[in-house]
Amino acid sequence: MTIAETQNKIITEFQYFDDWMDKYNYLIELGMSLPVMDDKFKIKSNLISGCQSRVWLHASYKDGKIRFEADGDAVITKGIISMLIRVFSGQTPDDIINASLDFIDQIGLKEHLSPTRSNGLVSMTKQLKLYALAFKTKNE
Amino acid sequence: MNINIENIRKDFPILGQQVYGKPLVYLDNAATTQKPKQVIQAISDYYSLFNSNIHRGVHYLSQEATQAFEETREIIRQFINAENKKEIIFTKGATDSLNIIASSFAKSFINEGDEIIISSLEHHSNIVPWQFVCKERGAKLRIIPLNEIGEIDMAAFQKLINNRTRIVAVAHVSNALGTIVPVKDIIEIAHNHAIPVLIDGAQAVPHMKVDVRDLGCDFYCFSAHKMYGPMGIGILFGKEEFLEKIPPYQGGGEMIKTVTFENSTYGDLPFKFEAGTPNVAGVAGFKAAIDYLNNLGMERVAAYESSLYKYAVDALKNIDGLQIIGSGTNKTSVISFLMKGIHHYDTGTILDRFGIAVRTGHHCAQPVMDLFHIPGTIRASFGLYNTHQEVNKLVEALLKLKEMFGN
Repeated sequence: MTIAETQNKIITEFQYFDDWMDKYNYLIELGMSLPVMDDKFKIKSNLISGCQSRVWLHASYKDGKIRFEADGDAVITKGIISMLIRVFSGQTPDDIINASLDFIDQIGLKEHLSPTRSNGLVSMTKQLKLYALAFKTKNE
Repeated sequence: MNINIENIRKDFPILGQQVYGKPLVYLDNAATTQKPKQVIQAISDYYSLFNSNIHRGVHYLSQEATQAFEETREIIRQFINAENKKEIIFTKGATDSLNIIASSFAKSFINEGDEIIISSLEHHSNIVPWQFVCKERGAKLRIIPLNEIGEIDMAAFQKLINNRTRIVAVAHVSNALGTIVPVKDIIEIAHNHAIPVLIDGAQAVPHMKVDVRDLGCDFYCFSAHKMYGPMGIGILFGKEEFLEKIPPYQGGGEMIKTVTFENSTYGDLPFKFEAGTPNVAGVAGFKAAIDYLNNLGMERVAAYESSLYKYAVDALKNIDGLQIIGSGTNKTSVISFLMKGIHHYDTGTILDRFGIAVRTGHHCAQPVMDLFHIPGTIRASFGLYNTHQEVNKLVEALLKLKEMFGN
């Protein structure tokens, strides 16, 4: 599935939610079921400090595709991380670099990616693309 | 006579707002309070009717603006019962006041090897300016520890005092925990050793009657915006004898007597510390805020807030898994808490969706958080317009939150 297709699928899924509480219950569920990151990756260099809540991001590169793993200590933040990983993990550096992140806005969670929100997600989305750029440069 | 909260709430236009379709429950008053229409009107009137630069103008408007400005100084003197109007300096806010004292006091009184005492529950604004001083002048910062319930350890404080102590600077009320610090005792002990005391009163002045002469403090700092006045204006109270002895903080207009390229002589108090055109509109708004509080009466405000606070503490304590941080009994207006198994950021996010504004994080008091080994808390802080029903809404939202997280 391409990045755009996954994003569209998530947008469709969110259309089933009637109110904010259902939506947040789903995010909490996603956050709680995000696979636990191996402690060896929860290191300082993978830490994206967002002041109030910590986020770790690790990337590996195999056969032209990037695999992301991430974790955090706030569950709602982890729920959003889980969707970002679903969208970006297993994609090529080029596709990641050129992708937009419109779906967060379209499912009504824009405020979580606002630069003034101190949850680490903003820096994480930047870091996702920086990893893609780094792997692309390294392999060209 | 009791306070009529319904009428008071009508004075605050913002409280009628809806957030995500729900009535706003504003419980972030320790960060900043909302403004009554009287304050908003005073600022608007100033720009509509009186705007002009003060003190030096010969014309009518300038005279009017100057008179209003100086009248406010007198009203504030009365509000905190200072002896003399000269001791009331207008600043940008409590942080500005603290920086002025740290910087200017140090130039006159702090040298290499000297010591400054602060406490473990200070806001960063009463830590960092002193760290600057220590770095610049080779002085040492000594910290009064807290006991396990978040109160100042008075015995430890007495042991910290020695013949190198030059100043004691402590908060009147902790912004992170709501603990009321026994500042009168601290002042008495310090004065027995002839050491001056600065009080950061930003979290105290909105909630209780403060009398600087009764306290006996040498400096007292607070902000208008935490007491229903505008942002960008605050007060530095300093005893005349000290303000005379310390140099000005900034140079510019207003604060001088004569200027030549070789030298300048400084103006008298309070102008020596008020360089440049001040925030005259802010002062006009501040006057309206003080008038508002005076009309209600600080004793009545304190009594109402104290009953609301007790109600809130009791209500929150009944929630299973809710832990109040800092269990001292002498507290006011702030409840810092954690929900078992739920990150404070998640709690704040869900409360926000219920229309409830609280603060989450370390509240600019990281040393306090370190003491309790926590990264942050959820802080509900109350003002004179908050109601028992709003406390109930907070409780309901927290119970719902627990449900959502399966706790």
